[in-house]
Amino acid sequence: MAGTAVRGRLNWQLANVGSVTDETARVRTITLDAPDWPEHRAGQHLDVRLTADDGYRAERSYSIASAPGEPLAITVERLDDGEVSPYLADELMAGDELELRGPIGGYFVWSAADGGPLLLMAGGSGIVPLRAMLRERQRSGSTVPARLLYSSRSWDDVIYRAELSGYDATVVHTLTRAQPAGWTGYARRVDERMLAEVAWPASEAALAYVCGPTSFVEAVATGLVRLGYPPERVKTERFGATGG
Amino acid sequence: MEPVDGNAIGGLLLSVFGAEMTAAVGTCASCGATGPVAEFVVYLRGPGTVVRCRSCTAVLMVFTEVRGITCVDLTGLANLTSPST
Repeated sequence: MAGTAVRGRLNWQLANVGSVTDETARVRTITLDAPDWPEHRAGQHLDVRLTADDGYRAERSYSIASAPGEPLAITVERLDDGEVSPYLADELMAGDELELRGPIGGYFVWSAADGGPLLLMAGGSGIVPLRAMLRERQRSGSTVPARLLYSSRSWDDVIYRAELSGYDATVVHTLTRAQPAGWTGYARRVDERMLAEVAWPASEAALAYVCGPTSFVEAVATGLVRLGYPPERVKTERFGATGG
Repeated sequence: MEPVDGNAIGGLLLSVFGAEMTAAVGTCASCGATGPVAEFVVYLRGPGTVVRCRSCTAVLMVFTEVRGITCVDLTGLANLTSPST
């Protein structure tokens, strides 16, 4: 911890943007070099603060995309009516400075000691904290079996598409709006029949993490509980249809 | 305006309480429902931040910032317990 940091306080700090990588047409990953950053846990957030020339400030919370011990990274989706994400997704460049604080959160987190089996359920950019969990599982050498069900609008909207096929985990995609020619996978919103086919049976006592738009999270969490998952084994994170 | 959940205000809560609070457990003073703060319903674009009960929609917490000072109203909570870390 830095000598000037007050214990228990959450201090804003300046980070340098290391690199910017396009994930899809609307999404990019930004690596951040933050000198006083404490090690985070997979699933945690950080807050970004932008200050305009006239002093107006806007803050938003973003999931950390990297595993503990890896270079700090966030993955940001551009929301056209947002205050913060258009700047992060369109204008920010390597070498720029960004004000952040964190890491934040102790509920929607996973480490190898939490065990499994893991059921990861992502809607759109809800994949970001779950990707951090997959990376942490790999980095820690965890042998906990994992399944990921990932709902995207189209194949081109799938974030981390190449990377996800490289994990020792079952990865199932559903494409809700458009499918490539010859697509044989799911082509609808997640429903209870799909959950029953993809999710671990309730008897496996799996640990479920559900992240996405509010309507996605409600549908999935309700469905899992109906399949017999205890509510306390279904951890949820909702980011709303309009972020920022 | 579509709500988010308590995960989104972890930073605000950490700055107000000086501790990680998304895993803390709160009890609604109106209906008695109990759950982790992360599961509370959160409206971010108030004015201010309004936190509601997922069971009965009663207001649990309100945070407003006035001239750099955060005003906190917790009267909708019967109880708020932070897990020992």
